[in-house]
Amino acid sequence: MLCGLCKQKNATVHLTQIAGEKMQKVDLCEDCAKEKGVDDPAGFSLADMLLGLGASQEMEEASGNSDVACPNCGFTQADFKKTGRLGCSECYETFAEGLEALLKSMHKGTRHVGKVPAGLRRTQDLQLRLNQLQSQLDKAVAEENFEQAAVLRDEMKKARTDLEECGKE
Amino acid sequence: MNLSEFLITPRDISRRTGPKDKIVISSRIRLARNIRSIPFPGWAKKPDRLKAAQLIRPAVESLAELKDCFSESMDNLPSLDKQLLVERHLISREHAAKGVGSAMALNKDETLCVMVNEEDHIRMQALRPGLQLNDVWQTINQADTHLESKLDYAFTHEWGFLTACPTNLGTGIRVSAMLHLPGLVLAEQINQIIQSVNKLGLAVRGLYGEGTEALGNVFQVSNQMTLGETEEAIIERLNKVLAQIIEHEENARIRLLEKKPKVLLNHIGRAFGTLANSHIISSKETMNLLSLLKLGMDLGLFPGVDRSIVDELFLVTQPAHLQKASAGKLGADERDLRRADMLRERLAGVSRPLDSISDESSSNTKE
Repeated sequence: MLCGLCKQKNATVHLTQIAGEKMQKVDLCEDCAKEKGVDDPAGFSLADMLLGLGASQEMEEASGNSDVACPNCGFTQADFKKTGRLGCSECYETFAEGLEALLKSMHKGTRHVGKVPAGLRRTQDLQLRLNQLQSQLDKAVAEENFEQAAVLRDEMKKARTDLEECGKE
Repeated sequence: MNLSEFLITPRDISRRTGPKDKIVISSRIRLARNIRSIPFPGWAKKPDRLKAAQLIRPAVESLAELKDCFSESMDNLPSLDKQLLVERHLISREHAAKGVGSAMALNKDETLCVMVNEEDHIRMQALRPGLQLNDVWQTINQADTHLESKLDYAFTHEWGFLTACPTNLGTGIRVSAMLHLPGLVLAEQINQIIQSVNKLGLAVRGLYGEGTEALGNVFQVSNQMTLGETEEAIIERLNKVLAQIIEHEENARIRLLEKKPKVLLNHIGRAFGTLANSHIISSKETMNLLSLLKLGMDLGLFPGVDRSIVDELFLVTQPAHLQKASAGKLGADERDLRRADMLRERLAGVSRPLDSISDESSSNTKE
């Protein structure tokens, strides 16, 4: 069997990974395995390597082979193909479309359900409260309940200040 | 500050104990975090890496969890010191290769370590001996919560913590346990175990091994997926799988004792013989034989000997630790001589293993 990467030497390293219902096999020669860090257990993960192989293709297809560069850091599709890594946090927005498909094959889900930083949790809560107050205010105004509207307006003012402070932190 | 003065001695670190530590060497959890908008370390130019480090390092140093820590930039650490940290699994090999703009901080107990500008801006890990993932999670979660109030983490509600590599996206968590599984290796059941663990979406790596072969019968089991699952669920899954692997290892040891006692005694006796009488020995052979010696101790073949001696030897016979304990620079050949000297010296006080396995020792197999 020939090495799946260089397609020249004999494959002596065989790796299998099963994620969800998808099984992926990689056969590598010793040199390619070394280069990919397969012999370096501290840094090696098959998913990382696969990410460099099939995954960049998926990304490319989803974004239509465009030359989009991240406005924040200048990272491009081609760079992702080379490194299997992204350039900065904004890249996630820039390449969102292609990533979605990639993440589906890689993870349990595509929505984060774990820890949320406390600061952001507060921002989220305040935003929610603002929305609620706004609809209450609309209702009060519609009912010409101006006394109530004044109270709501003050509360919204306070919530907005809090929200701004959260953003500053 | 001098790292060697800061580090806990190999003797003291080997004497630490934890639940199920006959099989579980250590539990560790690492979190990956990044600063919003600053390019990730692998893509960042030097000024951005320095900027990130300047933001992160003071915040990290101010953590109560890292009081009186050892904090240093990687370009100020001699390569021998970096290698010491790698051999203790405190920093990654990749991080050891880093220079200007990268840094690390380690607490006094060596239970919490932060890498700055590794693959992500922040890689922090907590570790403890034995199986105690829940406690480790508590430690690292608390440190992370304190740190997030000081830094602007890259986070979105949809995708969680944003990481340089999409494989770490979401929770940015890697939960892992280092396992000593000589029973399953000797019984030739290890591949079967690895396959079924893989099916559950967990990775098994040989810790010091080439490819999937593990030196010293040490394996590392960890989660692969980080998005779409809570941290607690990931830890719980690991705990469940680990409990099963431990049970399989215990059973494998019991079966070997029952069915092939002579084979087992032969392995352990020869390992002791070689380790205690060599004059030239490689690091790889040492680890493999020490694993068998450790198994012998677990099985009660070395009455009265503290098992920590094996763990200590595991550490001090590795290249950087060996170099640190020697005067003058050692080449690879000299290391093999020095390693053998050290093993003979330390094992001189250990009597050779018992000739048979008592009933008592087989009942010792389960903790």
